[in-house]
Amino acid sequence: MALKLHGESISTCTSRPMFCLHEKGVDFELVPVNLMVGEHKQPPYLATKNPFGQIPAFEDGDLTLFESRAISRYIATKYKAQGTDLLRQDNLKEFGLVEVWLEVESQAFNPPISAIVYQISISPMLGGTTNDQVVEANVEKLAKVLDIYEERLSKSKYLAGDFFSLADLHHIPYTHYFMKTPKASLITSRPHVKAWWDSISSRPAIKKVTAGMNFA
Amino acid sequence: MAVLKVHGGVLSTATQRVLACLHEKQLEYELVRVDMAAGDHKKEPFLSLNPFGKVPAFEDGDLKLFESRAITQYLVYTYPEKGTELIYQDPKKMATIGVWMEVEAHHFDPVASKLVWELFFKPMFGMAVDSAVVTEYEAKLSQVLDVYESRLGQSKYLGGDCFSLADLHHLPCMQYLMGTPVKELFYARVHVAAWCNDLLARPAWNKVMELKNQA
Repeated sequence: MALKLHGESISTCTSRPMFCLHEKGVDFELVPVNLMVGEHKQPPYLATKNPFGQIPAFEDGDLTLFESRAISRYIATKYKAQGTDLLRQDNLKEFGLVEVWLEVESQAFNPPISAIVYQISISPMLGGTTNDQVVEANVEKLAKVLDIYEERLSKSKYLAGDFFSLADLHHIPYTHYFMKTPKASLITSRPHVKAWWDSISSRPAIKKVTAGMNFA
Repeated sequence: MAVLKVHGGVLSTATQRVLACLHEKQLEYELVRVDMAAGDHKKEPFLSLNPFGKVPAFEDGDLKLFESRAITQYLVYTYPEKGTELIYQDPKKMATIGVWMEVEAHHFDPVASKLVWELFFKPMFGMAVDSAVVTEYEAKLSQVLDVYESRLGQSKYLGGDCFSLADLHHLPCMQYLMGTPVKELFYARVHVAAWCNDLLARPAWNKVMELKNQA
């Protein structure tokens, strides 16, 4: 039975497990969810897919999952033996460092970058406005985070070590859209962060997904 | 086995999260207290352990880690045979624990820790409570706990039949909130209340609270 990912290919969170599926070379079916009519907030979706009313949701036979990072982690674990080794579980030290940078993405990087992308790119698309104060406050936070990334990436080719991992992959969705905003210089002005971004965003598996990620 | 070291503070929810895991796993460790009042977590040598300047940091021999949820995951995978398992080896069962660990990190913690700050730490520091923020975040927590009530009506613990990391990660904020009026939000929901009572009574958690109370 095919793996099913419920969501939209332009959605940052839906794309996160899509990158993982492509890095693993695993086939799946993308099942569209009609966000415009609020399908994700209706009782059937809430009851069977995601009680928090968000995309994506994921099915593997009788297993249903939600939360993009839990879905990608499941894929990386189940298909450990094929494609790119994203969790490095055979080497506990490497695994520990992957866990650290997975949490850094989730706790330190995601809040400010997602706020900036929402304000600049998503809110206007939904008929809202850009709150410049929110943008600037989050630009300041993201700059401090990226200073630490710059230092880290001056010592290590990728975040967890000299290997691409799930920790790098989780950064791709929001950074992809961030690079289309006027704030992209936060990345491009930091040489090691820029080199890391150029490297991970040009991976063939990644490009297969980002080709379909355009808001316009 | 090298000495496991935790650098942190016993009042810190994130430090307590790691200590809870160590006690569940019955692992020996050394707690290196960081003087947060003096701002030691924002200076060297702490910054070499965690460049983000937050407690806890962790050492296992020459491996240095930070982020409490990374440390707990490292512990459960590295020492599977010790103490409470806290994870499943089966990928499908483990995936459900993974979902609820993300729910704790992205839905519960942002809201709960804001309330812990307003209702516990601000009074402790002599700062004024922002009641508008408390009202706003109580409403958000209610919505999250409604989802938990439904889940715990179908499953004894969040990840399945067994106590796991997904439940454990909630303990520090849950315990603090039980000392505030917000506890009513938990106790208004039958299954959430039973789950809280179960978690808070765990011997390993009570050892962490003894440490905190000695401080």
